[in-house]
Amino acid sequence: MKNKPQGRVLPEKIEGYGVVRPYGLSSVHTPEIKGKDPSGSSRKVLSSLEEAFRRSEIRDGMTVSFHHHLRDGDLVVNMALDVLAGMGIKDLILAPSALFPVHEDILRHVRSGTVRSIQGSVNGPVGRAASGGLFDVPIILRSHGGRVRAMETGELAVDVAVLAAPTVDEMGNVSGVYGPSACGSLGYAFADARYAKHVIAVTDNLVPYPAIPFSLPQTEVDWVVPVDRIGVPEKIVSGTLRITRDPLRLVIAEQVARVIEESGLFEDGFSMQAGAGGISLAASAFVRERMKARGITGSFISGGITGQSVEMLEEGLFTSLLDVQSFDLEAAASLARNPRHAEMGASFYASTASKGCVVDMLDVAVLGATQVDTSFNVNVNTESDGVLLHGIGGHMDTAAGSRLSVIVTPLLRGRMPMVVDHVHTITTPGETVDVVVTERGVAVNPRRKDLLENLRGKGIPLLDITDLKRMAEEMTGIPAPIPFGERIIGVVEYRDGSVIDVIRQRL
Amino acid sequence: MIRERRGQAGSLESCDALVIVELSEEKKGILLELDSPSLLSYEEAMKSAVIETLCSLGVADALVKIQDRGSLDCTLRARVETAARRALAFQKHGGTI
Repeated sequence: MKNKPQGRVLPEKIEGYGVVRPYGLSSVHTPEIKGKDPSGSSRKVLSSLEEAFRRSEIRDGMTVSFHHHLRDGDLVVNMALDVLAGMGIKDLILAPSALFPVHEDILRHVRSGTVRSIQGSVNGPVGRAASGGLFDVPIILRSHGGRVRAMETGELAVDVAVLAAPTVDEMGNVSGVYGPSACGSLGYAFADARYAKHVIAVTDNLVPYPAIPFSLPQTEVDWVVPVDRIGVPEKIVSGTLRITRDPLRLVIAEQVARVIEESGLFEDGFSMQAGAGGISLAASAFVRERMKARGITGSFISGGITGQSVEMLEEGLFTSLLDVQSFDLEAAASLARNPRHAEMGASFYASTASKGCVVDMLDVAVLGATQVDTSFNVNVNTESDGVLLHGIGGHMDTAAGSRLSVIVTPLLRGRMPMVVDHVHTITTPGETVDVVVTERGVAVNPRRKDLLENLRGKGIPLLDITDLKRMAEEMTGIPAPIPFGERIIGVVEYRDGSVIDVIRQRL
Repeated sequence: MIRERRGQAGSLESCDALVIVELSEEKKGILLELDSPSLLSYEEAMKSAVIETLCSLGVADALVKIQDRGSLDCTLRARVETAARRALAFQKHGGTI
């Protein structure tokens, strides 16, 4: 029998083509068209977050992801959890790219049973509570690269992604550059939008279609929910980040610049990532002076972008910025203005499951630490008192990818030594760490004999890492052991998904 | 009659300690109130530094209040010694210095 759609006679099968599925006879394979409905209003725009969760078929035990570009000014995570709690949802797994002190509210939802665990990153109050044993199951800590890799491989299957959308149109094209809660780059949200089964964009700036330029496309967004406010602008991006005036930190920053200058990598095409921490910002300022003095033109600055990065781009010191997170107003404004200031997703930035990530093209990464040990292992998760206070960020990703990873830390913080025999938590393995810079001296990883040769005789105070540890302990005394329990409250995954360490409960 | 036999030294700056020593006439020993971010790792070391310093100055009965901000051992000993000496001087000179 022949099929006769639209009056045409079609064969059931065509040689060299296959079985014919005639137009109009079956709607089974026709995708739902989510554009304008007959009433003229977009089907994607919903009146409440609750409605969006319901349409996303939210159920107990599901995984809900968030991104952290609104930082401590974020209102979306708390708003979403309040709605979920109100709906009576239990046992959720949260998958935030990072948390901030404003998210302390999560603790209430853990106690009430709405939230069961966290995968991704915990910071501040939530980490402290985790260290105290609040969660029934261990928190999984992943780097920015590790989080997106886990999404790409399906280890982290997100049911619902909630996007904080500074600007969005009725079809779900999202931009972070404009709107009252503008944050610049939305890099960490790229994977959430792409891999979550359902994607909800929450916004306080719904604009006419199409919102161009956009970062996240309508093809990935299911629902758009307008609310009064998604963020507190002054807490989202800082004003101009000032360079530290702390002499000790300036000494460290100066040494970092000298190490970079003599590393053998300081030539045209040089690339770096430094971040917005006090020492890092100052180190970038010193590098900037040296680039000018030596007439060097760099390739790119990657990672979190600051106003200083923008100035270096506009001075012609670097040709490009690769921005996964805009730290200040200047960076956010530049993303809209500068064609060589590109937004990048977390996979592009750091995923080992991608076909090539930016960290592998990186010459120098300047990174912080809460502890370093004599095997060059770095802890960024737990403080000296053993309490989980920080996420991993891109630390282990950039350390592994870059040709020179520089760890900066004061030798002491208060009375606590920062260079120790064994870090409480191994976040970044020593074999990916090349040099440790403190105000008292610079220790090169013995694996990097080439680097040691380059730095020798250049007036850089080179010391053995064990000497740094000894100097620290001579001043502080040997600290008493921290009282850890047996129970594991956190699992630190390396960027490839293997487990590099566990964090135990603090008694 | 002057009741104050109190000495103070140091500050609340980071890496310093604010130490107040109040000498006591009663034989009640050293009463130590110690607040510090370093307690977990250095409580015993800090206590012995305070006691040793006071003993070396012959102070056996006193109330000592320390608000520590992460001071090193040498700083803590110096602040305690200065505060104790000020208290002793007060006692000796009746508050004229």
